[in-house]
Amino acid sequence: MENLYDVLVIGGGMIGSAVARELSRYDLRIGVLEKNLDVCYETSGRNSAVVHGGFAYDTGSLKARLCVEGNRMMGDLAKELDFPFLRCGKVLVGNTKEDMETLKRTMEQGEANGAVGLELIDEERLHELVPAVVGKFAMFSSRSGILDPFQYTIALAENACENGVEYFFDSEVTGIGRDEEGNYHLATTQGEFACRWVVNAAGLGCKTISDMLGIEGYRVIGSKGDYIILDKRTGPLLPMPVYPVPSNTYMGIHVTNTIDGNVTIGPNADMVSDFRYYGVPQENMDYLAESASQLWPHIHKADYIRNYSGILPKWVDEQGVIQDFKIEIRDELAPRAVNLVGIESPGLTAAVPIARYAIEQMKEREELRENPAFNPCRKGIVRFESLSTEEQEKLIRENPDYGEVICRCEKVTRAELLQAIHNPLGVSTLVGIKYRTRSMMGRCQGGYCQMRLEQMIEEELGKKETEILYARQGSQVFFGKVREEA
Amino acid sequence: MEKRDVIIVGGGPAGLAAAVQLHKKGVANILILEREHHLGGILRQCIHDGFGLSRFQTALSGPEYAARFIEEVKRCEIPYQTDTTVLEISPEKVVTAASREGLVQYQAKAVILTMGCRERTRGALGIPGERPAGVFTAGVVQAYMNLYNRMPAKEVVILGSGDIGMIMARRLTLEGAHVQAVFEVQPIPSGLPRNIEQCLNDYGIPLYLSHTVTQIHGDSRLTGVTVSQVDEKLRPIPGTEKEYACDTLILSVGLIPENELSIDAGVQLDGRTRGALVDEHYQTSVEGIFAAGNVLHVHDLVDFVSMEAERLADAAALYVTGETLADCPLGIRTDENVGHTIPQRVSGKADFQLSLRVRRMMKDCRVVVRQNGQEVAAKRMKKALPAEMIQFVVRADKLVSQENLEVSVEC
Repeated sequence: MENLYDVLVIGGGMIGSAVARELSRYDLRIGVLEKNLDVCYETSGRNSAVVHGGFAYDTGSLKARLCVEGNRMMGDLAKELDFPFLRCGKVLVGNTKEDMETLKRTMEQGEANGAVGLELIDEERLHELVPAVVGKFAMFSSRSGILDPFQYTIALAENACENGVEYFFDSEVTGIGRDEEGNYHLATTQGEFACRWVVNAAGLGCKTISDMLGIEGYRVIGSKGDYIILDKRTGPLLPMPVYPVPSNTYMGIHVTNTIDGNVTIGPNADMVSDFRYYGVPQENMDYLAESASQLWPHIHKADYIRNYSGILPKWVDEQGVIQDFKIEIRDELAPRAVNLVGIESPGLTAAVPIARYAIEQMKEREELRENPAFNPCRKGIVRFESLSTEEQEKLIRENPDYGEVICRCEKVTRAELLQAIHNPLGVSTLVGIKYRTRSMMGRCQGGYCQMRLEQMIEEELGKKETEILYARQGSQVFFGKVREEA
Repeated sequence: MEKRDVIIVGGGPAGLAAAVQLHKKGVANILILEREHHLGGILRQCIHDGFGLSRFQTALSGPEYAARFIEEVKRCEIPYQTDTTVLEISPEKVVTAASREGLVQYQAKAVILTMGCRERTRGALGIPGERPAGVFTAGVVQAYMNLYNRMPAKEVVILGSGDIGMIMARRLTLEGAHVQAVFEVQPIPSGLPRNIEQCLNDYGIPLYLSHTVTQIHGDSRLTGVTVSQVDEKLRPIPGTEKEYACDTLILSVGLIPENELSIDAGVQLDGRTRGALVDEHYQTSVEGIFAAGNVLHVHDLVDFVSMEAERLADAAALYVTGETLADCPLGIRTDENVGHTIPQRVSGKADFQLSLRVRRMMKDCRVVVRQNGQEVAAKRMKKALPAEMIQFVVRADKLVSQENLEVSVEC
């Protein structure tokens, strides 16, 4: 068959893109089918952005093993792929005797999992680390960190793309069939695709795709968490994420510094079955602020700049007990199909180890030849704001577009926006450009820059105003011109 | 490092007026830094008329009003640089700015802050619900329509009775959109009475007070909003929800002085105005840094912005020519009826213009300034509205001591 892919990955989030990137180390024709218009519209872009230590998961589980591995390699990965990552540590803050018992158990579990850099600390040391926190003692995980989840996902996808992986957006898989040669035929909203191997990295759609593959019976529920984002003015008060003492199933509402200096509060955990609804209810916002204020009493409504929510796909058993990651090849039901189910937290930390674990299973069934041209490195867009005055000066001299500040809050320049608009994946939505540059992410939320940004997209990509999309399909920003130009 | 007597940050109405007035006072070594391609600031997109009634005794459009000052700046050959963004102002008054020509630092004797304000957003309000396309602040809609020729709306609901929202209600109606209603969470409108009359009533657009948007619907483009009545504590009343199908929600819910650069320069802000604390010279807590216009406190009329900046320039001109500005040890306190005052400190040695806003609507009242309990200035008001800034001169020769002043409103 002419148009036969070796592998089609369903889902271009951080897991699908990590799988695609790791697969591009081999001599394979690879495609990624993504139903949205960019790679981080769902769980990959809607989370706490915390790189976990690996202490919170049952010893022996894939979650524990792959998280510890992912944590260990994150520094190197961030260098290779040029995305922002900070190993700032994090604290789990307690007050009661029971809290102390739980933290001790958590630490033992962490050590059994191979997590390193865990330490029980007293109030004095806690306040040295995070002066603004309220608590009597804490478990400090020095190897935990934070990253930019958009840049991380985009970096994985762009590196995959640069290594020959083809991305197809707006391509939702609607049916899967197999021919007599055992090749898969994927019906999508953009036509049919055929492949020898298929990877289900559909995130929230993992059960739907698993069912289509003939691997039925998984029960997947959504755990929806809401967040509030605070102004950068609050950032200096929070040098690392502050968590409460966890329960067995839930990390609790935490206060997290972001890599760019904002603070996020959240998430709650509501069980949901609608995986498209990302609304944030008033009572949840109130609850988040109230609850997190007990840990970190610096939450004021005047500092709110935005709220958002994300949904984690959790694989549960009959009793509703949350299960481990499932990464399997079911030869008897769906040969040459890698099925990933229930990839929730710590999927962000573990994305590349998850991808490698999945590929190991493929390699048990088929020899994969190395791709000698594979390049593990990718360069991101140089952020003007992150540079010293001397570096900024030099950059403007080399490229005057760096001297034109378009987004005032985040100090994003024309040069950065041009690079983002001409991104390798061909994403052209306003939110896509926002994720790549941080324009519209600041305190004025695009009040100053969105018109300029929108105009640049039209000019650079030759689009009509009615073709400009905000985020999803159907999210047109304009109905046309006010007056036709003479 | 280049040296300037005065660097003006922002070439909108306040910055332009300050520049022209400084020039009149003989200060020539000025530089206006403007981040946009044109001078004029937000006036460029305000194509409606009604500007200039106080300053020029004639009705002008925003661009016409700005042009009066821009022509003056050009005629006086006052130096300005557009497409230049100020990145930092240090307490020592070193101003760092970026443009296509490079990164430049200026050592200024005085810095005038005239950066204006930004609009309060949906995220800042924390309106619950989804995040589709079609939720805009009023100023963004105004820019899209008037500067970019883009039509962003057809079926419209407006939250907030701010002036720009009402002006856009009229503008949208004239361009064929349908504005269903304006909802205001407070029991009184936040915009000017003349805009309620000319922009809403004249077009049959209803204004519902004590109502707010409690849900936003739509996962791509906005499909509708839920509106609820609120109680006296502004909490939504359960059972009063009503759905409005619409493709656009416009927010006109307040303006916030844009003081990020000021904070980094060490300027202390007033929590009530979110602008700088200033004395009667419009000097901030950092010596030689002055502020006027919407960066200082949000005005309802641009005329007052210009006139405030002109008063600032009078003081700044003295400052850069080496005169010592009078110390301002007298604080101005307010009672519960007064939202804030500008200035917040005075010398007691010179007449000064007092600007203030009341917190609630009051009829047949007097705004009274007292010292040691004794009345030293007053203004009688038939009707005092939070939407309308109140201004009057307090005369130094009426002051009775070196004690703080107290401003109250009495019915």
